[in-house]
Parts: sequence; C-alpha cells; structure tokens
Amino acid sequence: MVKEVMTSNKAVAEAVRLAKPQVIPVYPITPQTTISEYLAQYVADEKIDAKYVKVESEHSAISAAVGASGAGVRVFTATSSQGLMLMHEILYAAAGMRVPIVLADANRAISAPLNIWNDQQDSIAQRDAGWLQIYVENAQEALDTTLMAYKVSENPDILLPSMVCLDGFILTHTVEPVEIPDQESVDKFLPPYVPEHAFLDPNEPMSIGNFADPNYYTEARHDMDVAMTKSMEVIQKTCDEFAEIFGRKYGLVEPYKTEDADIIFVAMGSLCSTLRVMVDQLREKGEKVGLLKIRAYRPFPTEAINEAVKNCEKIAVIDKNFSFGIGGALYADMKVKIDKEIYGFIAGLGGRDITPEAILEAYEKTKAPENDVTWIGLKEE
Amino acid sequence: MDIPDKDLLAPGHRGCAGCGASIAVKLALNALGKNTVAISATGCLEVMTTPYPETSWEVPFIHVAFENSGAVASGVESALRIQGKDDVNVVAFGGDGGTVDIGLQSLSGAMERGHNMLYICYDNEAYMNTGIQRSGATPYGASTTTSPKGTASFGEDKPKKNMPMIMAAHGIPYVATASIAYPEDYVKKVKKAAETKGPAYIHLQQPCTTGWGFPSEKTIEMGRLAVETGSWILYEIDHGNFEITFRPEERRPVKDYLSTQKRFKHLDEEHIEKIQKYVDAECKELGL
Amino acid sequence: MVSIGCVIKTPGNSRNNKTGSWRTFKPILDKEKCIDCDNCIIFCPDSSVNKQHDIDYDYCKGCGICANECPSDAIEMVKE
Repeated sequence: MVKEVMTSNKAVAEAVRLAKPQVIPVYPITPQTTISEYLAQYVADEKIDAKYVKVESEHSAISAAVGASGAGVRVFTATSSQGLMLMHEILYAAAGMRVPIVLADANRAISAPLNIWNDQQDSIAQRDAGWLQIYVENAQEALDTTLMAYKVSENPDILLPSMVCLDGFILTHTVEPVEIPDQESVDKFLPPYVPEHAFLDPNEPMSIGNFADPNYYTEARHDMDVAMTKSMEVIQKTCDEFAEIFGRKYGLVEPYKTEDADIIFVAMGSLCSTLRVMVDQLREKGEKVGLLKIRAYRPFPTEAINEAVKNCEKIAVIDKNFSFGIGGALYADMKVKIDKEIYGFIAGLGGRDITPEAILEAYEKTKAPENDVTWIGLKEE
Repeated sequence: MDIPDKDLLAPGHRGCAGCGASIAVKLALNALGKNTVAISATGCLEVMTTPYPETSWEVPFIHVAFENSGAVASGVESALRIQGKDDVNVVAFGGDGGTVDIGLQSLSGAMERGHNMLYICYDNEAYMNTGIQRSGATPYGASTTTSPKGTASFGEDKPKKNMPMIMAAHGIPYVATASIAYPEDYVKKVKKAAETKGPAYIHLQQPCTTGWGFPSEKTIEMGRLAVETGSWILYEIDHGNFEITFRPEERRPVKDYLSTQKRFKHLDEEHIEKIQKYVDAECKELGL
Repeated sequence: MVSIGCVIKTPGNSRNNKTGSWRTFKPILDKEKCIDCDNCIIFCPDSSVNKQHDIDYDYCKGCGICANECPSDAIEMVKE
C-alpha cells in the first residue's frame, strides 16, 4: 500500500486501474475531464488492459458501456452535469437490462444558466433510473467506493449499475493524501466479473434488451425494486469485507455525535466535512447537535437513518439540489420515510460556498423554524 | 445462392405479411453465419423479433434504444476484441429513421473510430414502426402521415438524404447500396463487408407493403422496379473504388415505379417529371 | 416471474408463435412446374419454404411473394 497526494478524480482513476475494466467508453466534460485523461494515459501506458472507446458524446459513452457490459465484460465510464443529462435515457435502459456498469459522476450544476461548478442536481435528476447512488466525502472514499461499487453491482442478487457521486471541484480538483491499495489485495476483494444472466457469445446465443408487453413489464420493474432493496444488505456486507482487508470502515450512512443530539444535520458528499467541524464548534458552545452523512442515497437506507435519528427532536436536511414546489430531494425523501420534525435547506447551488455562517443560519432556523424549506445564503439585492 | 438448413432469423416473428425487413435480416444473417453478434436499433425489426419471452434471433442479439445502435455496437465490438474474439462478426441493423436521422451521430462516431463491424441500414423510407411518418430518407413526393398530401402539399418536399455518400465521406473501407430484390448482389456485399477489416456500411432499400401502399406479394417486385427505373442504384465503394454492381438493360420510366404505390398516387405529371429529372441527374452522376 | 433483465436464453423460440393463423390466402405449389430456382425460399419473409420446396403452413402468413416471384407460375394463391 502506498500513500500519495491526489485529487478525487485521480483517486477514481486509480480505483478503475485496480478494478481492471476491459472497456472504458468516456467523453470529457468539466469537472470530470481529468478522469478521462488519466484513464486514456493508463491505457496508453498499458497500465490497464482495456479498450478505451473515444466516443463522440456521453450518450454514446453510456450506450457503448451498455453494449460492452451486455457482451459480458467489466465496464467503467464517467461524466458530469449536462453529460449525465444526455445519458438520462440510457441510464434507465442500463438498469433495466441489469448491466452492472460503474459510473463516476463529478457532481455539477445543470444549465441554464450555464454553470460549471458543484451542486448535486445532475445525479439527483437520475435518482429513479434504477442505479445505486453513493455520495462520497473525500478522495479516499472516492477510491474505496469505486472499488466497492463493482462488487455490489456485480453481485448476482443485485445486478444494477452504480453511480459514484463526487462533488465537482471541491473533490475532483482538490488534492488530499490517499492510500492506494495494492493490486493483490484488490484482486482478492474484487474477483473478475463472470456474467451469468447476460452475455453475448455465439456459442450460447441469447437476446438481450427485449420488448416486454404489459404481461411482463411490471414484474421486470418490480424485480429491480427487490434487487435495490436487497442491495442495502449487500452494500453493508461489502463495506465490512472491505474494512477487513483494507482497514477503512464505511456503511450506508455515517452518524457523527447523533446519539444524544437534539438536532441532527443530514447531508451528502463533501459538505459533511464542513458540517462535522460545525457540529464540534456548536458542541463546544453546549449545543446538542449531530451529523448524519448519507452515503447510499439509492437504495434509500430508511432503517439505518431511523436508527441514527431515533433520539433527536429535529432534523435539518441540507440539499444541493431542488425540486420545485417541494424542496430538496433528500429532504422530501426524509419527510416521506422518517417520522420526525424535519426542515429542509437549499444551499450550495452552482458552486456557491456553504459557509459556516450559512450552516449556523440553518441551525438557528431549525431551532426556531419559520418555513419548512428555506434557501440559505440568498443574496438580498 | 447457398440455402442454409435453418435460417438464423426464426419464423414466428410479428412482421407484417410480406415484410421486407425480415427478408433483409434473414439474408444477412445467413450470409454471415452463426459466428455473429447482432445489434438492433429500436424499430419494426426489434419489436417484431423480440416480444418477451420469445426471440427470433438464432445468434446473440442486443438492443438498447433507437438512436444508439452505432455506439452499442462499438461497445460490443470492443468487448469482443479485448477478449480476443477477433473472428466474431459484429452486425448492427437500423431502419432509416434510426440511421439517417436520430442515430446519425452515434453511427458517425462508430464509423470514424474504425470498429471492425458492419452496419446495415434497412431503408423503408419512413418511420414505419410508429405509423409511416417521414424521415430524412423519405423520397421527394411521398405522402406520409407527417408529410401528407393536401390542398397546399404534394407530400414530402425534399429529396432523400444521401446517406451512403455521407458514410463514404467518413473514409471507411467499404460502403455499398443494395436491394432485397437483388439477393445475390446483397449477399455478396454482406460477405465482402464481413471480410473487410474495419467499418463497413450497407444501405439496403427495403420496400414496405404497409408504408408504401402496395399488395404484400409485391415487396420484391417493388424493389426491382426501383432499381430498373434508376430510383435506387446498386453500387459499392470498396476502399475508395466506386463501381456500379447492377445495370438495368434499359432504364424504365420512374412513372412505372411511382404509379404502383399509394404513397405516390397523388402526384401529377409535373411532379413525376420533376422526379424523373432528379433520377436522370442522379443516374448521370453515378454513371448509370 | 421474468428472467433477470428479461433476457431470452432460448434462441429462435418465436417458432412457438404459429403465424400461419394470420393467413387468408394459401400458396399451393405444383412441384411439376417447379424449376428449382429457389426464389420462394430466398424471398420468404417467414422462412416457410424448405430446401425441398415444401411450404410450412405453421408460419406462412400468405403474403404471396413466393407466387409473385415464381418464374414458372408453379405457385397458386388459394383463398383459405
């Protein structure tokens, strides 16, 4: 094992190198671009034995990924923002065809107005596609989660694709020290992909991506729901196995000082690092506050969340996305599934910094609520 | 022509009686043989051959969506080659809509990247699966449900997009036109394309009984009329060498072709004359 | 119960679907007139003519292409 200083994009590329996918169709887009560059270089330098398909769009990137995964090999692709929106249609097809692709999404705002900076609207807009979505907080978690994503997605009980979501620029372009696992340990953790449900081999012809009428469509979609639900258990098991080999522990959620907290912040991604510092600062002032980081957004870990928030009075959900007339997506899901007093806050859209002051504002507004949903850090003229 | 013991496109498919698309695919698969993986765009072909839990495909088959069969084939081809399966034929089928319109970008990318694959456009000159709407491949004067004849309209008012030449402009090693009415010529081209290293494109005219409005027994006759009138020209461009592969002994007037189809029935002499001039110019340009 | 991703692992099983029921006209071949050109085999959209030129009425939809393309008029379309 070596330790190097790198961006989350590099960490993802390192994970991909270790996971040994055989086909990598990628199209560059800010702030995912360096992933596409690192992987091209790895292939050029024979560090990965893969076909790097220089596609002409993200739509073709995901389409080629489905074709290659359908043919029976391990596949990786990555994108961001508009690119993920362009993939939208085929994301659903990928999940429905049950191809275990792993995709890294460098979370970025959606146009218009055009904006290249971070929020999470892009992946949230794909939440019902049937993909597992894991949001990561730092470069190490980006690397580790990418490796674990393959193991979960390729599990015969799951066979749904995974999206590793990492905050654009905040993670993709910021360097941190990262432990890079050795190949031998990764091979032990992640054996080669051997598809049984679908592959393309003239010796064993099968038809993939078929037409299903009302007699079958509902069951096909329901099967996906069953697999998605089951994935909670598989994610946890995979995290445990990963911890045993590599020593780093992960789960569906990550509670921080929630046990005796009156108010718990709930958020996803890099924002959790800031929130953890704020929790400590507020605790020093005698405030009983905690943080629940959601790693798995799909599947939605209701039970794990309930366990973490059972003792609190109120919950403050901070979303870097927005559903018109509703509030943030995570807030809305929490309201549906968690029986607590919950307030939603919209922040960090299009790369606006979520400052300690903004978090304090959310905290105060949870203590003395005025609205269910509040946009924080809004400029008044 | 070699007749196989068993066709690689099984019967029982839901194609219309007299369906030209199934003839197109049957002949191509039989020519390519079992060591083939097929990709299809959404369209008549996909819908009629894979209603779960039944498939007509005797070779491995994958469909993903309408506009991406070029890219899906790219992924399939890459996966096969990285596994050392260099001898497996990769063939993608798309209708004219899935090829010249919505799938153009995906196909262009696949051709430009040099994947060792064959793409066959089965061109029935409109969106037949959705009920005969015009596509970029619909010929001048054809009445479709979205280019209908009317008091202020004579049908489609633009000539057909010249897709084979667009493909040829990609500099790929093999481009050909073909017709289901000339199976020996078509099969020869499919085999040649399969032997070609790199991307190959065949643009196959496929008369459609339902969309063109002719009796189901006339599917082949209609394809023959198209070629005999010069409305569809059979040629190949093999590594840059252009050659006409079939020359009608005497070119018949286009009226013989137009008057037998419902989609052209409304055309007056003036429009027929215009189409004749257009066909004459095209034939002259290609040396027919 | 459907297979994972609705994958079909029984190639060519559309043969279960006997499309012969669609037919309103039936092709009848007079083998004496047949000159073995194979047009009826090559052009059949439903693979319903075998190498011996026997017509498989399980799948024949009665389109009439075989009769139309027969150079020796050996096939007649007869109303069912």
